[in-house]
Amino acid sequence: MTESSAVLARPPLPDDGDLDLLLLIRHFELALLDLFGQGRIDGTTHTCLGQEYVPVSLRPLLGETDYVFSNHRGHGHYLARFEDPAGLLAEIMGREGAVCRGVGGSQHIFRDRYMSTGVQGESLPVATGVALHLKNTSPGSLACVYIGDGTWGEGAVYEALNIASLWRLPLLVVVEHNGIAQSTPTARQMAGTVRGRAEAFGARHYRVDTSDVTLIREELAPLVSEVRLENRPLVVEFATQRLGPHSKGDDTRPREVVRDAEAHDWYRRLAQADPRRFARADEAQRARVAALVEEVCARPQSRWDPCA
Amino acid sequence: MRVAENLNAALHGVLEAHPTTYVIGEDILDPYGGAFKITKGLSSRFPGRVLGTPISEAGITGLAAGLALCGDAAIVEIMFGDFVALAFDPIVNFAAKSGSMYGSRVPMRMVVRCPTGGGRGYGPTHSQSMQKHFIGVPGLSVYEMSPLHDNRAVVGAMLASGEPSVFFEDKVLYTRTMFDVLEPFRYDMVAAGNAGVGVARVFLDDPEAADCVIVAPGGMVERATRAMRALLLEHEVTCCLYVPSRLYPFDIFDDADSPASPGSSLSASPGVQGSGAARLRAGLRAARAVLVVEEGTEGGTWGSEVAHRIHRLMWRELRRPVVQISSADSVIPAATHLESRVLVQESAIYDAVLEALRD
Repeated sequence: MTESSAVLARPPLPDDGDLDLLLLIRHFELALLDLFGQGRIDGTTHTCLGQEYVPVSLRPLLGETDYVFSNHRGHGHYLARFEDPAGLLAEIMGREGAVCRGVGGSQHIFRDRYMSTGVQGESLPVATGVALHLKNTSPGSLACVYIGDGTWGEGAVYEALNIASLWRLPLLVVVEHNGIAQSTPTARQMAGTVRGRAEAFGARHYRVDTSDVTLIREELAPLVSEVRLENRPLVVEFATQRLGPHSKGDDTRPREVVRDAEAHDWYRRLAQADPRRFARADEAQRARVAALVEEVCARPQSRWDPCA
Repeated sequence: MRVAENLNAALHGVLEAHPTTYVIGEDILDPYGGAFKITKGLSSRFPGRVLGTPISEAGITGLAAGLALCGDAAIVEIMFGDFVALAFDPIVNFAAKSGSMYGSRVPMRMVVRCPTGGGRGYGPTHSQSMQKHFIGVPGLSVYEMSPLHDNRAVVGAMLASGEPSVFFEDKVLYTRTMFDVLEPFRYDMVAAGNAGVGVARVFLDDPEAADCVIVAPGGMVERATRAMRALLLEHEVTCCLYVPSRLYPFDIFDDADSPASPGSSLSASPGVQGSGAARLRAGLRAARAVLVVEEGTEGGTWGSEVAHRIHRLMWRELRRPVVQISSADSVIPAATHLESRVLVQESAIYDAVLEALRD
């Protein structure tokens, strides 16, 4: 079977589990923006609209003993790991049942081996330390860190990559390169390329240009295995797009740039590929999130003792 | 035993006793053994857990926090304490906050060691006392090395606390002798607060009836006791010097709210006596003057915090406000004659005590 016939033979939509998860994340993020718009949530949030497929495609490639470090734009990462929209929404809204009692909020979540922090680049050295621990105690496990294109402005990234490569640590860096760092296009904040920077440290680099989760898994599976078995850091760069604002209502991009991102949205592609099956799944997740929002909003406030 | 040897023994001890402990830093491997030789012999005995690193203070401090997150213990050496500024983010925004910002307590057994202070002519970026920049960070403890506190107990207490700590080590102390105070003084150790190590008191005869109380961290012990001796011999003024090991949280005048932990750390110190906070307060009450002395440059300092605490605790019982002595608000010059004009000297303490008692 040739490669192109393999692609043709693949069903047009990912399997139900993946499709549901993609749509769960999409509707979760849309619901958040809606809640903010209504003034029902305080603080801030950063949605991953357009990037949902990144953690969904990585989900089966990461195991329970792996650590995952997420960042400010981490709702999709969390949902792909735990499928716990109620706990996450409660965390963001400061309601009972919050993953971290409402202390961390949108961008500071810690559960089992999953942790997110709100400072750019900070978690790369931490993940390097975790990778060292894993290499010494449970070979075959890895530390995965999600960062963005903007994160490459931070010096801590290079200190960590240097050490991870030098000491041969099982570190997987997932770069969600969405072309914009808050309001600054990549071309105005990065000289050279992510590939050039990764390779300068002897770290392997792989670029993903598709949003097809099945195809992404096929491409990445052997590379991720190498991270585990050979303790070789890998930088996977997803060429992706951010559909929404950086946080809430702060999108200053020209309309055509956003339209172009929307044209490449996995959501539109999948909706066209199998309209009936997609619509059914889409409606189911929309309804699931809507019910969840009402349920969590009705919960009492979360409780925490600052001196605990 | 010299202070450097005692600290080195403490590191050997913790690596030996706890196989999940790491020591991490620049140029710490044998045969070099660290810029101040504090890590000598460690990498030969414990290869794989003593890691010489690139020049990356932020990276290695974050890396240590990653190990701590996984349940290991990690001790980072910052070659010169001044460079800890490069690791401010992993300490303040990661290690300290990870303890509590996720809604429940996450133990982080981690110590950042910082060779500190001037007096050696190293100039403005290799002589600072950076303690004040780490005072008041929730979830972060600040300790200072002292010739009166066994580093084996102090390192044990820092790691046992489960909270990240920054450990400031006055460089001049490395060559001094442990557990040694100037004649005719002696010292004891009282349990107070919940730092897990006692507070040292240096005094002549009755520590609770001294004319003057001086509170100072380990790096000031030599200068303070020299001033105390001159005051005694020349003016018959008696002083009692209090030396806490943990500078922040500062609670040495509070009753211990829990048994000092670990218990072994107290028993490792000589002459520890129980329920010290009340006796420390009695000493303050009896004193005609109270001074807080530190080497850090003035402005927003540990000493300000201590003075405020004492005022709040005992305002009505003090004879006069606490006197604060810090180094000048200045960079620290390299040339010896200039450096000595900026850093706190024995004479500054001597003069300040006389001035305070004159009122």
